[in-house]
Amino acid sequence: MRIQVFVLAVLLGIASGLPGQTPVVNTSLAGKATTSKSFTMPRTLDGHPDLQGTYDLATLTPIDRPAGQGQTMTSEEAKKREAGQQKRVAQGDAKIAGDRTAPPKGGDGSVGAAGNVGGYNYGWLDPGSSYNVVDGQIRTSLIIDPPDGRMPPYTPEAQKRIAAMRSRANSDATESNDPGLDKTPGAYDDPEARPLGEQCLLGFGSTSGPPMLPDYFYNNLHKIVQTGDSVMILTEMVHDVRVVRMNAQHLPSNIRRWLGDSVGHWEGDTLVIDTTNFTSKTRFRGSTENLHVVERFTRTGPKTLLYRFTIEDPATWARPWTGEMAWYATNGLIYEYACHEANYALGDILRGARERDREQGAAKAGK
Amino acid sequence: MSMSKPVTVAAILAIATLSVCSAQTTGYKPPRIAGKPDLNGIWQALSEANWDLEAHVARPAMALRPGPYGPVPAAPVLALGAVGAVPPSLGVVEGGEIPYLPEAVAQKKKNQENWLTLDPEIKCYLPGVPRATYMPYPFEIFQNATSMFIAYEYAGAARDIYLKDPGPAPVDSWMGQSVGHWEGDTLVVDVKGFNDQSWFDRAGNFHSDQLHVVERYTRTSADVISYEATIEDKAVFSRPWKISLPLYRRQEKNVQLMDFKCAEFVEELLYGKWRKKPLGN
Repeated sequence: MRIQVFVLAVLLGIASGLPGQTPVVNTSLAGKATTSKSFTMPRTLDGHPDLQGTYDLATLTPIDRPAGQGQTMTSEEAKKREAGQQKRVAQGDAKIAGDRTAPPKGGDGSVGAAGNVGGYNYGWLDPGSSYNVVDGQIRTSLIIDPPDGRMPPYTPEAQKRIAAMRSRANSDATESNDPGLDKTPGAYDDPEARPLGEQCLLGFGSTSGPPMLPDYFYNNLHKIVQTGDSVMILTEMVHDVRVVRMNAQHLPSNIRRWLGDSVGHWEGDTLVIDTTNFTSKTRFRGSTENLHVVERFTRTGPKTLLYRFTIEDPATWARPWTGEMAWYATNGLIYEYACHEANYALGDILRGARERDREQGAAKAGK
Repeated sequence: MSMSKPVTVAAILAIATLSVCSAQTTGYKPPRIAGKPDLNGIWQALSEANWDLEAHVARPAMALRPGPYGPVPAAPVLALGAVGAVPPSLGVVEGGEIPYLPEAVAQKKKNQENWLTLDPEIKCYLPGVPRATYMPYPFEIFQNATSMFIAYEYAGAARDIYLKDPGPAPVDSWMGQSVGHWEGDTLVVDVKGFNDQSWFDRAGNFHSDQLHVVERYTRTSADVISYEATIEDKAVFSRPWKISLPLYRRQEKNVQLMDFKCAEFVEELLYGKWRKKPLGN
């Protein structure tokens, strides 16, 4: 189990010391049917399916399928894993000794933000408590195509591009897979070199997307509001609003947007959203600005949507790939995620690096 | 500041404000969504309110320093020239002046004198309410039978207008917690749960965390919403006061909310000094 979690954490780019969640009642999988036979499609005033509501994307199902797993798991296995997760949460929420010693200088050397000097404890996190169920199947990955449930390999061109990026500053790295001060020259020199999440420009983990994905950490709510000519999708993290213009043309190619330019249309009862025109800074898993995302929303029950996304960027992947997940409605309210307003971290990270520069300079001078 | 304002300005202003308010009684019947007036669309204030809610003549700059013949732009904004000047207005405050408590007047003056370091807009902080409404950026209302939501271009600010009261706000926030209901053809939004960080304008007008705003949105023609906000804050003002101004529908066929993630634009201002190689002056 512990190995499993470690694999998941690494795959998802999450600090292995951090997985946990807020202590909520474990939702039984049986209660999360994604299709309902006696279900009548709710419709908006103009006759289209009503997709509106607030949805919680937190899930234990990872984006990429862990090695050695099939496409689905049995409910017994899911229950066992979910119980394990609950236990970890309970442990994480347990009281800690107030007189414990400080972590070792520079961290304990493990994977995690700044070598796990300590960050959030479990009570702050909400990475999901159950697995995602689609078509009555308990899924082991969001990715369904390729059939192995894993992102296709990078093209040689993309491998080179991503390697070059990682050897310099790492402004697309998540906080948790940041390799640290020594391994990425320049990464702490300027605010622009820091991850977009640290700059409060986008939520980390493609929460705002598109594709809009769980971050396996916290703040996974989204809200949908439909009007006659648009669909508004609010992402909780960094309060990002996407306005999908219905039956509209894409912007000229010289107008680039952080979340891309989204236009939508209905195919039967499915909302199809086509997104292009991303900025060159909005890198989804190393993509270029030519990333093309097609999303499909279908209401499958009174409390569930099916969300499907297809990713295309020939300069990064030789073939398109597709994932899907159920979005579960929640009665929870979305509170303000005022990131930039209280962003002490970004300045302190740079100040810390300058302080280290000064110490190293002094040490050199003293030799 | 407001104590020393000539009475005549207030009088002129009262007349000007009255004429704005009277727009509500035109008898216009707006198109409807589920029986309620349709407020959907992209709107923007055409107003100097964000520079200074109160009546004012034009000023050389937001930040001033004494010159031999009167105030001149302070050094940090000097290079902006006329672009940095403050456009004049008869103001949007009903009755002309904001009724500050005596001790709050001093804070307002201090805010104005230290505008460059204190105005949250300079740092791209969330604008609060009502300031979000009359900033010089468009905003979009998303409305249907069950939802009311406002997205603002400035800083990507967003507000869910709850049509069912969820109870007291669990935590203070920049944009507050908004609860809306209809009074006839007017959308009334009650906003509470603010922190004390946002301002009302670039002139240092401010509030505490006891701020309570009641907004009224009334469509008065195909392309105009009459907007009023009553502002109450016992820690700062001696009585509730009201602003009113029209909001206009953006007419461009291709208009849409664009990205204005200004957090990116203020990184040099906020963090430039901690670059490995500061850019210098």
